[in-house]
Amino acid sequence: MKNGARIGLALLLMPMLLWLSLLIVIPHIDMFLVSLRERVGVGEYQISFANYLTFFQEPLYLWTFLRTAVMSILATIITLLIAFPVSYFIAKIARGRTRSALFLLCLVPFWVSELVRTFGWMILLRETGILSNLLQWAGLVSGPVEMLYNDAAIMVGLVYTSMLFMVVPLVTTLESLPDEVIEAGYDLGGTNTSVMREIVIPHAAPGIVSGSIVVFMLSLGNYLTPTMLGGKDSLWFTELIYSQFIVRFNWELGAAFGFMLLLLSSLIVWGMLRLTGQTLERTMG
Amino acid sequence: MTFDLECRNLTKRFGGTTAVDDVSFEVPSGSFFSILGPSGCGKTTIMRMIAGFLEPSSGDILIRGKSVLDVPPNKRPVNMVFQHLALFPMMNIAENIGYGLRRQGMGKAQIAVKVDEALERIGLPGIGNRKVDELSGGQKQRVAIARCMVLEPDVLLLDEPLGALDLKLRERMKVELKTLQAAFDTTFVYITHDQSEALVMSDTIAVMNEGRFEQMGSGRDLYYRPASAFVAGFVGDSNRWAGRIERAEGNVMQVQTDSGLSMRAAAHGRPLAVGDRAQVFVRPEAIRISRAGADLAHFDNHMAGKVTNLLFNGAASRIVVAAGAEEIEVNLPQSGEFADLSEGDSVQIGWAGDQGNCFAEGPAA
Amino acid sequence: MKTQLLMATTALAVTFGAGAQADTLRLLTWGGYAPEDVVAKFEEQTGHTVEVTKSNNEEMIAKLRATGGGGFDLAQPSQDRIAGPQAEFGIYKPMDLSKINADLFIPSMLDATKANTTVDGEVYGVPHVWGTSGLVVNTAEAGSVKDYTDLCSEDVAGKVSYRLKRPTLIGFAFAMGEDPFAAYGDPAKYEEIMGKVEEALIACKPNVKTYWGGGDELMGLVRSGEVVASMAWDTGGWKLNEDNPDVTFVAPASGALGWVDTFALPAKGKADDVAYEWINFVMQPEIAAMITAAAGNFTASQGADEFASDALKARYQASFPPEAIDNIKWYPPVPAGLEVIEGGVLDRVKAAN
Repeated sequence: MKNGARIGLALLLMPMLLWLSLLIVIPHIDMFLVSLRERVGVGEYQISFANYLTFFQEPLYLWTFLRTAVMSILATIITLLIAFPVSYFIAKIARGRTRSALFLLCLVPFWVSELVRTFGWMILLRETGILSNLLQWAGLVSGPVEMLYNDAAIMVGLVYTSMLFMVVPLVTTLESLPDEVIEAGYDLGGTNTSVMREIVIPHAAPGIVSGSIVVFMLSLGNYLTPTMLGGKDSLWFTELIYSQFIVRFNWELGAAFGFMLLLLSSLIVWGMLRLTGQTLERTMG
Repeated sequence: MTFDLECRNLTKRFGGTTAVDDVSFEVPSGSFFSILGPSGCGKTTIMRMIAGFLEPSSGDILIRGKSVLDVPPNKRPVNMVFQHLALFPMMNIAENIGYGLRRQGMGKAQIAVKVDEALERIGLPGIGNRKVDELSGGQKQRVAIARCMVLEPDVLLLDEPLGALDLKLRERMKVELKTLQAAFDTTFVYITHDQSEALVMSDTIAVMNEGRFEQMGSGRDLYYRPASAFVAGFVGDSNRWAGRIERAEGNVMQVQTDSGLSMRAAAHGRPLAVGDRAQVFVRPEAIRISRAGADLAHFDNHMAGKVTNLLFNGAASRIVVAAGAEEIEVNLPQSGEFADLSEGDSVQIGWAGDQGNCFAEGPAA
Repeated sequence: MKTQLLMATTALAVTFGAGAQADTLRLLTWGGYAPEDVVAKFEEQTGHTVEVTKSNNEEMIAKLRATGGGGFDLAQPSQDRIAGPQAEFGIYKPMDLSKINADLFIPSMLDATKANTTVDGEVYGVPHVWGTSGLVVNTAEAGSVKDYTDLCSEDVAGKVSYRLKRPTLIGFAFAMGEDPFAAYGDPAKYEEIMGKVEEALIACKPNVKTYWGGGDELMGLVRSGEVVASMAWDTGGWKLNEDNPDVTFVAPASGALGWVDTFALPAKGKADDVAYEWINFVMQPEIAAMITAAAGNFTASQGADEFASDALKARYQASFPPEAIDNIKWYPPVPAGLEVIEGGVLDRVKAAN
């Protein structure tokens, strides 16, 4: 009987273990091994840390990573600032139909592919695009305005793409805050600001942190949005990895970049958790 | 007489439904006032209007003689103990109790003193640094009250705060709440659907049904002199029959129930006439039981029956007696003389006619 | 007619040689090289099925490298991108030229491609589609643009575009009076040339609206008028010419860059016979003309020109006067490792402000 239960448990865990080992652990080990190879001649390789040294010695790569990280953090903050009131409205103020309609609205953009969504933004923002024409028509500008191919466009795209991933955890945590508790806050003399600061935000902290982690990682790992909306100045770290792998055939350096991305982004997330006094267990539990 | 709380013609409509329908009442200073009613009767709506979370459709709310309609909830001199207590889980006990004082802008040192005082008063000194979820249900209850009482409100509203507790604790908290109310000497307005909570603690109880107050008075009044069929049915247990009035002799009505039982009951001044449909309520403890019919001869209602069910519940044990087509619940006397009664035994039962309350037939509770 | 008959018999022979069984051909190619009508015709005639995967040079090599040359039965990389990756990664297998009907090919092109794709004495590729890259110019608004370096002139500031890829580096090098192809064998010299190109491209960056990534993106930019001059493929220019007569392909003064896309057999391909069958099928002049109509480029098929549309021929002649054809710089095979030098340049250009 006990043996049977153990086999049952093993069977239950099998898909998870297979998934973890085949799709996550083994490829990463392979990637790590590739990143340690240095090309010394045609088809000849030796083990060294040369690829990692390249990352640190070439200011371009380090700078690109820093830029990507800072922009991603900024995107996370902006997403949070926009998503919080939206989530609060969905979770606490809207009722019944309005509420599902609003939630659906957040979801709708995800029914089309990321490529189409990004194209949508390009149509809006480009020089001959809708916004530019609208501004000219309204007489606010005299000639066509190019709103594409700059950091602001990247930011818009990133925030738009990330919104849902911030709204969902926020709505979930805010929903778990009983209306009673908020009312108690007011009843005992709290103002809008103080109730928000002392009751709602502390309660939503795990949702804020988990949403932020997801959005940060998504932005950091995004390829399409920065490349298409950023144009000639996009300079995104994933773009570097892509070009090492695909354009340069330099898998070794690409693998090293991939590992640095994994390592540095984990470091940033860890730092963020420390800074906000949250733990991963609390955030994900 | 000064009133801490006065509601005048209070009405609240949600769309087409009227949740609170023209309710007026006054609560004297320092008293314990309860609103008792089934769920959905509108009692929570009244409470939320007093606290300021809902705006009345019409009518006025006065606290210490001043209308508070234009005062937002965070400025009203009333505080509320919520159904699930609503302690702030992100704060410790001291921070919870000190929350309102901080909002008033009181200095840290003074807050600490006040919080300690309050903890002392509720009999939980030294728990200030504990977390909310480390406390037991009863302790949370007391903290929730202390959190309001440090603000010295004119009126404390309590929204079924005992509902979430288990039975034993609920019994103890009833007494404790009454003691706390006396200790703080504050007006309590308490809403509940549990008649025993209301009866034990309150100075005045208002029984509410479908947005209106059916009756307002002391527990004793409600129990023995219910003003309506609803109150009679809702407060305490009753045997209840529907029938037709056969004969009227002043206040005494002769009623023929639908199943053919004939009995006398008192109208207590209610206008009832021969031929009216009527409802008769008789409390199980008002009915006497005997083995010999002669013992009950002095009652104007008596009949013979068979015991069909024994409901043993200690001091509140009952039997169900089948008399004709009716089943009648009867309290067993605590003397123990009927302890050997068993199902199928023949017994005689009887009760005085004025113990039966007769109402014109209306909606039953 | 004679050729056709010959072709049909060859096809038949090959079919029977393969045991006349239906196979699947997994084709890794460019958009337009295997149009649906051609695939349908082939499937109908042979009973095989064709699975088409559209890609580009870099992805083709990356895909084949990832699988060690598996997953596909026939690939179509450019002729200059075969020798290097083959030496480095061994992702192709030698061609059995006896199974290919050489009569279907333009002889000079077949010989040149064979020479360029030879590694250790084995031939790895035969030519299919060829074309050039140069400039797409809106002649009404940017008539001054005659060469790659003209993209950096003041009068088209903010209205030009190019790809941040190796053809741009090569094109600029030629326009600046260098000969990068001659320096292919001399990494130091090549690096020096690339250094100059890098400087020019960084200086040119403010002029550029954006670096385009895909053909559709470029089309959109030029059609909307946001871009008036760009580096592009000849077909792109000709397609735009259909919509707007002002826009056309211009062979740069320093010479258009000529490329030839080939047929090559991936090392672990499983249907070589079907692959040869496909090659011999699509090189028939009228089939080749169908591909030309779909892709916009001419093929190495002998005699297919006759079947090409007059409009396309007219555009071709307008863009390529005889001297411009002689001036086409055909890509020689890229030696392995050159991409690393170019990669550094491209990264730095991209990062420059």
